[in-house]
Amino acid sequence: MAGTVPIYAAARPKKSSSSPATTESSIVKWVLIGAAGLVLFWLIALPLIIVLTESLKKGWDVYLAALIDPDARSALRLTLLIAAITVPLNTVFGVIAAWAITKFRFRGKGMLITLIDLPFAVSPVIGGMIFVLIFGARGWFGPWLSDHDIKVVFALPGIILATLFITFPFVARELIPLMEDQGTQEEEAAITLGARGWQVFFRVTLPNIKWGLLYGIILCNARAMGEFGAVSVVSGHIRGETNTLPLHVEILYNEYQFSASFAVASLLLLLALVTMIIKSWVTRKSVH
Amino acid sequence: MTVTNTSAAQRRVLPGFGLTMGFSVLYLSLVVLLPLSALLFNSTGLSWSKFWDVATDPRVLASYRVSLGTAAAAALVDGFLGLLLAWVLVRYDFPGKRIFDALIDLPFALPTAVAGVSLTALYSANGWIGSMLDPLGIKVAYTPLGITIALMFIGIPFVVRTVQPVLEDMEKDMEEAAATLGAGRLRTFFTILLPELFPPLLTGFALAFARGIGEYGSVVFISGNMPMRTEIAPLLIMSKLEQYDYAGATAVALILLLISFLMLLVINTLQRWARKTSS
Repeated sequence: MAGTVPIYAAARPKKSSSSPATTESSIVKWVLIGAAGLVLFWLIALPLIIVLTESLKKGWDVYLAALIDPDARSALRLTLLIAAITVPLNTVFGVIAAWAITKFRFRGKGMLITLIDLPFAVSPVIGGMIFVLIFGARGWFGPWLSDHDIKVVFALPGIILATLFITFPFVARELIPLMEDQGTQEEEAAITLGARGWQVFFRVTLPNIKWGLLYGIILCNARAMGEFGAVSVVSGHIRGETNTLPLHVEILYNEYQFSASFAVASLLLLLALVTMIIKSWVTRKSVH
Repeated sequence: MTVTNTSAAQRRVLPGFGLTMGFSVLYLSLVVLLPLSALLFNSTGLSWSKFWDVATDPRVLASYRVSLGTAAAAALVDGFLGLLLAWVLVRYDFPGKRIFDALIDLPFALPTAVAGVSLTALYSANGWIGSMLDPLGIKVAYTPLGITIALMFIGIPFVVRTVQPVLEDMEKDMEEAAATLGAGRLRTFFTILLPELFPPLLTGFALAFARGIGEYGSVVFISGNMPMRTEIAPLLIMSKLEQYDYAGATAVALILLLISFLMLLVINTLQRWARKTSS
């Protein structure tokens, strides 16, 4: 259910003034800030720091060796390839679905939004498992696929299907509340003035939703590159072939190559940090 | 879903309804609905007695207990911690606030496997925190406590980001009135603020709980995966799949799915309630 929090909700400027009657004494204030800081450091910052210290424990040589290892490079290539396929598909869907849902009235709208949310509610393991049931060796199409020498599960198509399923709602979920708030007046005015459908979308709608869209895309991308549970079920963990970066972290970890495992993990941490930086930049942009 | 009546059709000035709706429903069906229905159809090959045998197997029951128990405990603690973080973030100004705010999103953006290995390194007997707790006889890694901490990490942004906007929108006039009438800050908090913050808090709790039930990546490393003690339901599905026990995996997954759908229903109701009370 990540991403159900609309970007503009977290970024609205404060409107209330504070008076002594509605603020706490400065002792209470600083005790609370200190406690919150401790919680944040313990729960979120420490795991982040550990990734860096563990990955450099045996020095830069081991760190770099882990990253230029052929298996690591092929995992990186696969992860980038998966994101390059799934993110555009789900972005196109997100924009089209948000247009249909927010620019028109029809019965069953609430139901449709709930259905779009479904993958957020389903355990990632189930998200991968359903494709094994359909395309696996003992699944529905298993015999037919093996007769025709087509591999879906334990191959690239299965990983892509599972990732598509998991990252399905991100862009749509970000755009729907945003476009709902903006209404249809601007688009209707453009139509009245003689603009065509595509012109309305590219000249009126897109400029209004660009920051929300960008936010949805980076969240979708972070999840597509980082998904573990669903991909783990369908990948088959074939090194150099169907191993993504998160799966490579697991394999190295289970082989007790901790430094190498954390070195690869640090790449994914970098992805998360870049995502967070773009997010806070986008949030500030959309406020001003 | 595409029912149209004439009055609605007349209001449609904008183009593309049929095309965009048709594409959305088709894509939704292909990517989500048809694959998910495989789970239901697969279970029709499963007799009731077989389903019942799997669903009530002691090891399966134990895995549900572990998953639900740790997810509930983590979401509860996140409720308190999340309220503290949201409060400090909305009400106070302090140096480093922007980094503070950005860090809260880290669990959303960090791949779960990375969270899993780093939390395990932190809490294992020779890790930074694990080595401090070990002499006290407290074991975190490879116990339900470790699973709970991993799920707290995963769930905390849900609570903060649900409570934060409500807290930002709150008018201060009620608080001022309470202060004028002689109430202290603590009393004002419990009688004025907390009742209004309760719906979003409950929603945040439910979101964190729902995410925790299905969570896999951050848990498998720290849990140790001992049957009956620290084996979560998603892992049990995984191991049944690895043994080609599709029927057993389907039975476990169906119950997990049912719980998730119930949670989705509860969350939707809660969000509607929260919106009503806040407006």
